Amino acid sequence: MNDNLREQLLLLPAYLEGHLLLTLIALGLGISVSVPLGVLANQQPLLKRPLLVFVSVLQTIPSVAILALTVAALGGRIGLLPALIALLLYSMLPIVRNTVTGLETVAEDVVEAARGIGMSPGQILTRVRLPLALPVIIAGIRTAAVWTVGLATLSTLVGATSLGNYIFTGLQTRNLVAVTVGSIAAAVMAVILDAIIGGMQWLAENRNNEAAAGRYRKVFTAVGGALALGLGVSAWSLLPEPEADFTVGGKGFTEQHIIAGLLAAELEAEGFRVEQRLGLGTQVIFEATANATVDAYLEYSGTVWANVMNRGDNPGRAAVLEAVIDHVESSFGMKVIGPAGFQNLYALAMRRERARELGVSSIEDLIPIARELVAGGDLEFFGRPEWIAVRDAYGIDFSQKLTFDTTLMYTAVDEGQVDLITAYTSDGRIAHFDLLVLDDPRNAMLPYDGFLLASGEAARNPVFTAALSAVAGRISDEIMREANRIVDVEGRPLSDAVEYLRRAIREMD
Amino acid sequence: MIELRGVSKSYDQGATFAVGGVNLEVARGELLGLIGASGCGKTTTLKMINRLEEPDEGQVLVDGRDIMAGDPQTLRRNIGYVFQGIGLFPHYSVMENVAAVPRLLRWSQAKTRQRCHEALALVGLPAGEYGDRNPAQLSGGQQQRVGVARALAAAPDVMLMDEPFGALDPVTRSQLRDEFRLIQQQLGLTVILVTHDMMEALLLADRIAVMKRGRILQVGTPRQLLESPEHEYVSEMVEMPRQEAMRLDRLIQPEADSLRH
Repeated sequence: MNDNLREQLLLLPAYLEGHLLLTLIALGLGISVSVPLGVLANQQPLLKRPLLVFVSVLQTIPSVAILALTVAALGGRIGLLPALIALLLYSMLPIVRNTVTGLETVAEDVVEAARGIGMSPGQILTRVRLPLALPVIIAGIRTAAVWTVGLATLSTLVGATSLGNYIFTGLQTRNLVAVTVGSIAAAVMAVILDAIIGGMQWLAENRNNEAAAGRYRKVFTAVGGALALGLGVSAWSLLPEPEADFTVGGKGFTEQHIIAGLLAAELEAEGFRVEQRLGLGTQVIFEATANATVDAYLEYSGTVWANVMNRGDNPGRAAVLEAVIDHVESSFGMKVIGPAGFQNLYALAMRRERARELGVSSIEDLIPIARELVAGGDLEFFGRPEWIAVRDAYGIDFSQKLTFDTTLMYTAVDEGQVDLITAYTSDGRIAHFDLLVLDDPRNAMLPYDGFLLASGEAARNPVFTAALSAVAGRISDEIMREANRIVDVEGRPLSDAVEYLRRAIREMD
Repeated sequence: MIELRGVSKSYDQGATFAVGGVNLEVARGELLGLIGASGCGKTTTLKMINRLEEPDEGQVLVDGRDIMAGDPQTLRRNIGYVFQGIGLFPHYSVMENVAAVPRLLRWSQAKTRQRCHEALALVGLPAGEYGDRNPAQLSGGQQQRVGVARALAAAPDVMLMDEPFGALDPVTRSQLRDEFRLIQQQLGLTVILVTHDMMEALLLADRIAVMKRGRILQVGTPRQLLESPEHEYVSEMVEMPRQEAMRLDRLIQPEADSLRH
């Protein structure tokens, strides 16, 4: 078995447990909210249409957007809670709709008989309507279960552990083994859950099958018991687990994952229990550190300057870093441990061959030809102030501006689908794909000094601060680029890059 | 036992009346047939007795008490109710169906069990053989027997029946009709039976009330209706069964004659 696969499979129990827990709790919440809503809609005809429209509209909101909005609504809180709320909202449509339909399809003469023998409206609901609607309701739960397993992978983006960790980490680090393991595990879980709930549905439909009734009642009890036990055990195993001393965060790309791994290793070397939350969005991770859900991560001066401070000007590398440190410490109570030692700024890059063909070596050279070029950017660049600064400083725009996942962006320029891309200067792929980084003589690109940002709370621990200070300022451009190259180009596991970084830092002494 | 005084019901705020000013008295132990074409208001009249419909005007007394005095569920639990749709609970066994009303009345398990066995025995479906079956496994006739047993289980004095035999095949219908008449007389039940079949009413009822357009045209014994119909509609209603009976008579007579010779 190859090392990569072995490393991925070691992660499986934790990811599987996180995913199963998310799915089952979200489904449980979904059922306990949606079935009563369906009943209400059935009893109050005026409510029915608005409610069904509401849950349908929820379904049309892209799932990533629902996650982001939930995090925002909770004041930047990340982790299990926003993930559960988003999954709950998503599970509502099939359950509510099937509850309403199931209740409506109960034969009228049975309901009439129930009234005629003196059942109260409540008894008619609980003894007649709901039991008879059960198979249809369970069918709705079954649909919701499969959706929830799939959507739970996205919970990774808001810091809840799930099989999505495989998928997002794998996509960012071009580790297709990880993506495959994650996808297969999620699919298998969906199939198993579907089969179990399908079995319950069958039982509900066939409870009057006298020959089988006794036998299946036993199966039903066994399955229900096993599920309850499984949920109980996983909930229990979650509770007493000693909470990590510190949480290290990372955004959704390789360099962030490597530095998170480095910070975690340094803290663990001091005897701390460390939890990692990777794949978080910029806004999410910043707020999470401000409220000490995340204790440390790698941030960039330009990111805070433009996105948090909303500054559009560019006073130069040192001035930006100084202002940013002052801002995060005084306005958010966070602590900057120190600059990392390298920059990761945006740069426009072209294949060397293509640049020669066009006679381009700096952004100024693009001015006469930009209109005929196709540019590829990461998911953020063309929405960021840096792009506006470049556009205005050089007076250029491109014929097309396409956005890509970072990994695919490099592939796109390599294959000539785009003429130039917005590369990152610390990226190991610049050398690998033989790209030429265009000069920026007018200093339009913001400086992006990496710096180690810690929550105010964690920074009060001197051992924590000392452990992180030991690596601050020691990660040069060269070292970082090589670490990135190990993962992105050579396709080796993150742990190799972390190992390399630790060794390189120690060798400087 | 049952008394309706000037009972009216309108579904359009008084523009038209589904039932208009009905007066009716049913004595203890009497079986009254309520007959009329569909839409004449007979089912509405029946449902106003156990408050499945509530009258707009007038008063209904059961055993001397105004039915509007208590809550409708208690009233219904003390009145047996059987209707054409049968309406057995498909998710309950035969036994559970029959036990439905005793359970609503919170009888003890032992009493419920004993009473359900008696009720099932009365309708000819011994609990030992049929109790655990499901409604879907029974024939139409058996299902309606369970429907009758369910209505009898809590030992009501009064039973309301809305075309109870209407959906059955002719042989089963006549069999069940005869059996029910015996049970009714044996238990001294007061029954109002809604039907559109004059033959059924003539053969089964102690007295018959003929309804048309929400009003009662005539109330009388089968003999009174046959011999002195007070209304043209009533004589039309009894004419068909009378003719059929005479035709049957003629068919049977020659054979009887030939046997004598």
